[in-house]
Amino acid sequence: MDSVVFTSVVLSIISASTPLLLAATGELVTEKSGVLNLGVEGMMLVGAVVGFAVTLTTGNAFIGILAAALGGALMALIFSVLTLTLLANQVATGLALTIFGIGLAAMMGASFVGQPVGKLPALDLPYLTDLPLIGRILFGQDGLVYFSFIALGGTIWFLFHSHAGLVLRAVGDSHDAAHAIGYPVIAIRYGATLFGGAMSGLGGAYLSLSYTPMWAEDMTAGRGWIALALVVFATWRPLRLLLGAYLFGGITILQFHVQTLGLGIPAQMVSMLPYLATIVVLVVISTDRSKIRLNAPACLGRPFHVSG
Amino acid sequence: MSIKRRTFIQAAGAGLAAGTLPLLGRKARAADFKAGYIYVGPIGDFGWSYQHDQGRLAADKALGTTSTYVEKVPEGADAERVIRELADTGHGIIFTTSFGFMDATLKVARDYPDVKFEHATGYKRADNVATYNIRFYEGRYIQGVIAAKMSKAGVVGYIGSIPIPEVIMGMNAFILGMRSINPQAKLKQVFINSWYDPGKEADAAKALLDQGADLMAQHTDSPAPLQVAADRGLKGFGQASDMIKFAPNAQLTSSIDHWDGYYTERVKAAMDGTWKSEDVWKGLDTGMLKMAEYANMPDDVKKLAMDTEEAIKTGKLAIFKGPINAQDGSVKVADGTTLGDGDIAGMNWLAEGVEGDLPK
Repeated sequence: MDSVVFTSVVLSIISASTPLLLAATGELVTEKSGVLNLGVEGMMLVGAVVGFAVTLTTGNAFIGILAAALGGALMALIFSVLTLTLLANQVATGLALTIFGIGLAAMMGASFVGQPVGKLPALDLPYLTDLPLIGRILFGQDGLVYFSFIALGGTIWFLFHSHAGLVLRAVGDSHDAAHAIGYPVIAIRYGATLFGGAMSGLGGAYLSLSYTPMWAEDMTAGRGWIALALVVFATWRPLRLLLGAYLFGGITILQFHVQTLGLGIPAQMVSMLPYLATIVVLVVISTDRSKIRLNAPACLGRPFHVSG
Repeated sequence: MSIKRRTFIQAAGAGLAAGTLPLLGRKARAADFKAGYIYVGPIGDFGWSYQHDQGRLAADKALGTTSTYVEKVPEGADAERVIRELADTGHGIIFTTSFGFMDATLKVARDYPDVKFEHATGYKRADNVATYNIRFYEGRYIQGVIAAKMSKAGVVGYIGSIPIPEVIMGMNAFILGMRSINPQAKLKQVFINSWYDPGKEADAAKALLDQGADLMAQHTDSPAPLQVAADRGLKGFGQASDMIKFAPNAQLTSSIDHWDGYYTERVKAAMDGTWKSEDVWKGLDTGMLKMAEYANMPDDVKKLAMDTEEAIKTGKLAIFKGPINAQDGSVKVADGTTLGDGDIAGMNWLAEGVEGDLPK
């Protein structure tokens, strides 16, 4: 593999991994606060269509991306009102949110089908971007790719090095205790869920503005579900989330190289690989139960209501 | 957009001519006649399902009929349920527009002898089940000819969806077109096991281009592979509809499906009681297949493409004409013979020049 091909393959892997990393980072924070929102796929789709539509109408990708985050957050708000305030079942509501999101995005996007949009501009620094091998990988990405790393770094700092993060984790591990000390459990969960929605929206915007710059129905094609699986795969650890997202993105890309190189592996088998890998890692991780229990939010998916 | 407008007028004209004298009587009846359509993808795919839906709208407009469509119907058990529902709710004719709906269509048709069924791209018929298809491979051959002229490496990347004869004959026609110009040309293919998945199509396109292809062709429905080619300053072909808007500097041409006229004709036949079970397989000569404007290529290549198109239209050029060898070099079509429709429709081998195995 020469250096040009190497660079190009790494670039493909980065773009396959970025939407997963964005959405999964958001979901991780949501789950750390004890809320299980299965609506990632729906929120991503809404983000994708809103990001696309606003970019197309305003001609400004930055406003489009902000709108996508807002769109995802609004979807999360619906979920929050239903599950946190009205105490609906989180699993059922999350599934409904996905189905709702698919339909809503298709409806909103109907008039944008078949319209092209300019691809997100990529960073272009003199000399640095032109460096052989690593130039375009390190200095030639678009803003959302860099943001996915900044958001991950920020999440690590927030969750494990800030007081507010400690409180959020406390809420996720024991909402009764957190409530007893006087923390606003519901408000914190609202915040974490909205953050998750906004990040899902950004993941969707990356799809419709950079990965394949177009709006097409169902364009997330299950990536929201993969993002959800990644959070479990990472056992709620942000760094492992990074590893998982890139592993998944890598296999997604490499499966096609395996196929074109004619190694005699059936295509159906190869397209199963990313999912197979997820299951294998899940099983491997699950063998050590204590590790999971250490990181999993103990109150995940459990409704909280103030008694008495 | 000019093409679409033209066909609309054509279809409208056909409807007008058909509905001449008893205009009032027919109108009242036409509005009661319902046609049903089921699509495998979303009508927003801007490819396969989108074009079928354009056909549906044109037929309704021309005949004054009403119609129901169901999009995103998975090929399998769900399809049967949807078709049955349409048959059960008074639809006089039902179009099932994907290969995988074949058995479900026949099964439901047995229970509803009075309803007419039309299955696209299939090969099983019954008294009330007709099949129809477009000779897409004619367009692929022209694409191959253009590709041979435009590819510097002589290697084209080709994204396949599912290894059925329809896709295989397209690949073979493409490489035959390419090799008619450049006998060393190669086609690198990848099957993604899906008709429509923009992300996956983009990933596959990137992999093919990284592996040495310098031109993209696709048998999947989104403009994503074309966009990837454009992004790298390369060229490619659109699919099913005109995708030039997505890649103004990269689309060479696109084979465009035109179901308008066919749907209008068949719905009308079902309404008039003249419908018969037939097997329709038409191409460039009837206008069911049209090529998008030849663009982003030098004039001599454009002329070559137009000449090739003309030769196919007039029947001067037979695409599957021997000698044709399979991948392993064995003779598939002997010198001097031409494959019949039955053999083309059941094609299950890849021609010499195609790299990569057929998924089993």
